[in-house]
Amino acid sequence: MSRKWIAPSAVIWLIVAFLYFMIPLIGSFLFSLNKLQTGTCCTAHAYGTIVHDPAFWHNLRTSLLLSLETIAICLALFVPTVYLVHLKIPRLRPVLAFLALIPFVVPPIVMVVGLLNFYKGSPAWFYGQPWGFLAGAYVILAFPYMYFSLDAGFRAIDVHTLTEASQSLGAGWMTTLGRVILPNIRSAALAGSFLTLAIVMGEFTIASLSAFHTFPIYIQAVNESEAYPAAAVTVMSFGITWAAMLSLLLVGRKRGTRAAVIAGVR
Amino acid sequence: MPYLELNDLHRDFGTVKALDGVNVHLDQGEFLSLLGPSGCGKTTALRLVAGFDRPDAGSIVVDGKDVTHTAPSKRDMGMVFQAYSLFPNMTATQNVEFGLRIRGQHRVDRRKRVGELLELVGLGHAGDRYPHQLSGGMQQRVALARALAIEPRVLLLDEPLSALDAKVRVQLREEIRRIQLELGITTLYVTHDQEEALSISDHVAVMYGGRIEQMGSPAEMYSAPATPFVAEFIGTTNRLEATVVDGGIGAVEHRGVTLTVNAARDRRRGDRVLVLVRPETVELAPANGDPGPNTLVGDVVTQTFLGPVTRLKVVGQAADLIADVPTAKAATLPVGTRVAATLPAEGARLLELTDESLPAVPEEPAPADR
Repeated sequence: MSRKWIAPSAVIWLIVAFLYFMIPLIGSFLFSLNKLQTGTCCTAHAYGTIVHDPAFWHNLRTSLLLSLETIAICLALFVPTVYLVHLKIPRLRPVLAFLALIPFVVPPIVMVVGLLNFYKGSPAWFYGQPWGFLAGAYVILAFPYMYFSLDAGFRAIDVHTLTEASQSLGAGWMTTLGRVILPNIRSAALAGSFLTLAIVMGEFTIASLSAFHTFPIYIQAVNESEAYPAAAVTVMSFGITWAAMLSLLLVGRKRGTRAAVIAGVR
Repeated sequence: MPYLELNDLHRDFGTVKALDGVNVHLDQGEFLSLLGPSGCGKTTALRLVAGFDRPDAGSIVVDGKDVTHTAPSKRDMGMVFQAYSLFPNMTATQNVEFGLRIRGQHRVDRRKRVGELLELVGLGHAGDRYPHQLSGGMQQRVALARALAIEPRVLLLDEPLSALDAKVRVQLREEIRRIQLELGITTLYVTHDQEEALSISDHVAVMYGGRIEQMGSPAEMYSAPATPFVAEFIGTTNRLEATVVDGGIGAVEHRGVTLTVNAARDRRRGDRVLVLVRPETVELAPANGDPGPNTLVGDVVTQTFLGPVTRLKVVGQAADLIADVPTAKAATLPVGTRVAATLPAEGARLLELTDESLPAVPEEPAPADR
C-alpha cells in the first residue's frame, strides 16, 4: 500500500497556520504562569486564584446553563422547522438561509438595543433573568450556526425516502423524526450545538449591555484588575471550548452515523 | 371481488396529467408490473397506492376497504424504494424489525421473525451490518425483508433493481418472484425494463401518458400488442405501413410490394393498416433471382451481435426492417449482402392506422448500459 505523499508547500502552510493560532495561546499560557511578585516563571498561582474565586464558578455555571438552554431551544425550534422545510416546502430554504444571515449583518450592539427597547415592560421573570431575555437573544445569535449545520445535515440524507420508508412501516411523524431522522443528523445537530455553546460562552456585548453576569463579563472584570489571572482564565476558556469540540469528535465517530458525520464535516 | 382495485385514478401536477383514468383490478396473490417509459405515471400510481400522494379523483380499494384517504402509516403497505432507503443508523436486523417495533411486537417474536426474513433473502449472516457495510444488492434485499416483516396487504416495489448491475438485477428479480410466490403476497411492481416485467409478472400493464395502454399476461403483451405503442415498447417490432388491397386473401400493399398477411383478411379494400412483424419471425436469405412471395429485398447495412442471435438491419427500396437470425447464419450474410427478407403470413399482427401520428417510444437505456 502506498503512503500518502504530502507536498512540502503544504507542510509549510500547516506550520504557518499552527504558529498563527498557537503562538498567542502559548504566550498567554506562559504569561499566566508568571509569579505575581517577580513576574518570572513558573507558578500555577494565577489558576489557583481563579478556581478559588466563587464568582468564577457562579459565572461559569450561568454561562454553561445559558448555553444548554439556548441549545435546547434552538434544537426544539429548528430541527422540526428545517425537517419540514426540506420535506414539504423546499422553496422556503433560500428564505430561511436569508433570515439566518441577519444576525451576521446586524451588529450585536444594535440588536441588544432593539431587543431591550422592544421587551421593555415585559414580565420580570423574562426581562430580569438571564434564562429569559438573554437566552432569547442568544437563540437569535445562534440561529445561523444552528440553521446552516442542520441544513447541511439534512442535505446529506435522503429525507423524503427515509420519511416515506418509515411511514410505510407504520411510523407516525414523531416516531419518524425521533427514531429515523434525528439519529441521522446527530452530528450536524451536535456541530450546531457546540458552535452555539462556543458563542454563548464567549458573548460579551449583549450580556454587558443588558447587565447580566456571565463568564465573558467575569473575564473582562478579571482582566481589568489582575493581569496573570486574566491570562489564566483566558487559557481556561479555550480549554473549555476545546473540550466541547473534542466531545463532538468522539460522539461523531460513533459507528452507524456515517452520513451524519459527513454532514457535520461539510 | 378483486383484492386490489384502482378505480379511475386521476392525478394532475399543474398542467401535466400524471394519471388520466387508471383502472387496475388485481386478485390476491397476483403480481402486476406497471411498465412504461419515464414520465408515464407508473410511479405516481404506486405512490397513490402507498398513500404518499392523494388522487385528484378516483379511489383505491384494498380487500373491499376504501383506503384512498388513509394515512400511509395506517395502510399496511410494504414498500421497497428505488433509492437505497435503509435507515443508516440501524443495522440490517434493526431495519427489518423497525415495523414490528412500531407494532409493539414482543422482542422474542420480533427477533425470530427478523431472523426468518433475513434467511429468506439470503442475508442471515449479515444482520449486524450497517447499511454502509452492505452492497447495493444486499441493501435492497434487506429493504425487501423489512417491507415483508410487517406482513403487508400489498407489496409495492418502485424500480428496486434499477441501481444494481445487470447480473445482480437478474438474480434479485428471480428471488423477488420466488419470495412473492412463496408468501402469496399481492404485489405491484414498477419498472421501465420490459424484460424484467415480462420475466416475473402474472400481469403486465403498459402505461403511456398517464393511461394504461394495455394490460394482460406477459405472453399476451408480447404476442398480441393492442396498440402500436405497446408493440414498440414490448420487444422490438418492425412496423410496416400498408394499404389493404384484397381483404378476401389478406393482401396488403407496402411500398409497391404486395404482401399476404392473414390478419388482414376481412378488411375493407383501401384500409390503411400497420403490419407488425417481430424480427425473429423474419427469414433472410441471399437474394438470387426473383424474390418469392411475401418478400422484401434490401441490403444488409448493419449487424449487431446479441449472443445467440445477431440483429441485421436491412434497407432497400421497399424494405426497412430488422431481422434476428442465428449468429452462425449471420456470418453468411455480411454487411453489404443483398438479401430477401420473407415475412410470415401467419405471425404478423395488424393494427388499424389512424391519422394520428404514432407515439414515439422514448428511449430508455438498455439494461446492459445501466
